[in-house]
Amino acid sequence: MSFLNHLINGMGLGSVYAIIALGYTMVYGIAKMLNFAHGDIIMVGAYVCFFATSTYGLPPLVGVLLAMLVCTVLGVVIERLAYKPLRQAPSLAVLITAIGMSYFLQNAAQLLWTPNPKIFPQFFATTNPDGTQQTAIPLFDGALNLKYTTIVNVAACVIIMLALTWFTGKTKMGKAMRACSENKAAAQLMGIDVNATISLTFAIGSALAAIAGVLYLSSYQTLVPTTGSMPGIKAFTAAVFGGIGSIPGAFLGGILLGVIEILAGAYISTQLANAIVFAVLIVTLLVRPAGLLGKPVAEKV
Amino acid sequence: MALLSVQDINVYYGAIHAIKGVSFEVEKGEIVTLIGANGAGKSTTLKTISGLLRTKTGSITFQDENIGAVPAHKLIAKGLAQVPEGRAVFLNMTVEENLEMGAFTQPKDKVDDHLQRVYDLFPRLKERQRQIAGTLSGGEQQMLAMGRALMSDPTLMMLDEPSMGLAPILVDQIFDIIKTLHKNGTTILLVEQNAQMALSVADRGYVLETGKIVTSGTGAELLNDESVKKAYLGG
Repeated sequence: MSFLNHLINGMGLGSVYAIIALGYTMVYGIAKMLNFAHGDIIMVGAYVCFFATSTYGLPPLVGVLLAMLVCTVLGVVIERLAYKPLRQAPSLAVLITAIGMSYFLQNAAQLLWTPNPKIFPQFFATTNPDGTQQTAIPLFDGALNLKYTTIVNVAACVIIMLALTWFTGKTKMGKAMRACSENKAAAQLMGIDVNATISLTFAIGSALAAIAGVLYLSSYQTLVPTTGSMPGIKAFTAAVFGGIGSIPGAFLGGILLGVIEILAGAYISTQLANAIVFAVLIVTLLVRPAGLLGKPVAEKV
Repeated sequence: MALLSVQDINVYYGAIHAIKGVSFEVEKGEIVTLIGANGAGKSTTLKTISGLLRTKTGSITFQDENIGAVPAHKLIAKGLAQVPEGRAVFLNMTVEENLEMGAFTQPKDKVDDHLQRVYDLFPRLKERQRQIAGTLSGGEQQMLAMGRALMSDPTLMMLDEPSMGLAPILVDQIFDIIKTLHKNGTTILLVEQNAQMALSVADRGYVLETGKIVTSGTGAELLNDESVKKAYLGG
């Protein structure tokens, strides 16, 4: 039963990685760049939600929406100011800029909000009649503990995944996004505004990062300016693991990564959990260089 | 005033001067062809008209409007469509999705009409409407690229080497379709290496050599021109 417990917890954590990985993978798919500042958007979203709810006493839902709004604007502004001027530059220049942007956000957060940890509020809890807080549903006489955060994480992830699949598969803008990711010149000839499409992608990815930030901090409640970097890197790993550029791949990669991390921590070693996660990535890439669901398309000449 | 007027354009790739003072015109209802060898600047000229590249001098006028500084994505709504070099269909999208992208700037209620017309012209595409474009043959991809451009109901359609890499029987088919389009009132600017084919359907032609126009005339004149014969028609 404890295995099942770990498995479920792993899926909960993996869902958060998947939401972040979706942002990574979409931006990579369209802009062909790795936005290493993506993890730090998570941190900004978490701070915005923290201040909205703890300092200003707003309801959690308003806090989340506010975080999404701020992150969306931030993501689009970062793209305009830092990445757009480098559209024609070699990809290494863009990569280094993204790393710089990541440090910039972390340092700006230190200045604005100090490095002192903030304790993120527990949104997903109910109060028992005796006044104690309950954060999980005990099943099978307490043998299985289903945390509220896990339920929310998995539900959010599935909804986001389905919404994105619908958006890219059925809507005109979503299809335009796929067209841009394949061939920007041809997309322009069709009348698609490539710059606007890239902005839209950053907006969606950053809004998702805000959601992920709130969910992540609801499980790991210590909020510091570097909070976003580890989940950011793990989600990047998840995106590559699943096949970067692929939306189902990001989903699968995220879930698997979360499960592996929790199981490795439970059965092998907590200290080695991260090392095992990355080892799995290396082995996967040796066997399937394009990731689990990534398929290199043969181009006709 | 001509439908499309290109005046004295000069295009550079970094330090390389690719197009050197090219000027030509396309009248409404014509088929005009630009022929020339590999690297003569044919595709560069088309990309400059469609806004993917920019000229340093001169002007490009389409329907009395200077389009030299109009962003590439705004031209299709003005009636200027391009079938790019190497087809450039969206390989991971279905045939129908590719066609929908061609109608990206069209009002929603017109898309079905255009789709119907394209399917009438290319029954093969209708058979494969749910198929991923990457699985089509070269000839089918060329048809898809042409169908996609037609989805915008263009006034002027520019085709960049539609015969490239196709078997002779398919080249004949593609040129038949070009003639049909022309009959239906679409003006065509055709870039080709296959000079024989291009000149046989064209009203007028221009010969490009290392970034300059060296000869021009009607299709028939150029077909019989000694220097053109020698350079492009195999004697």
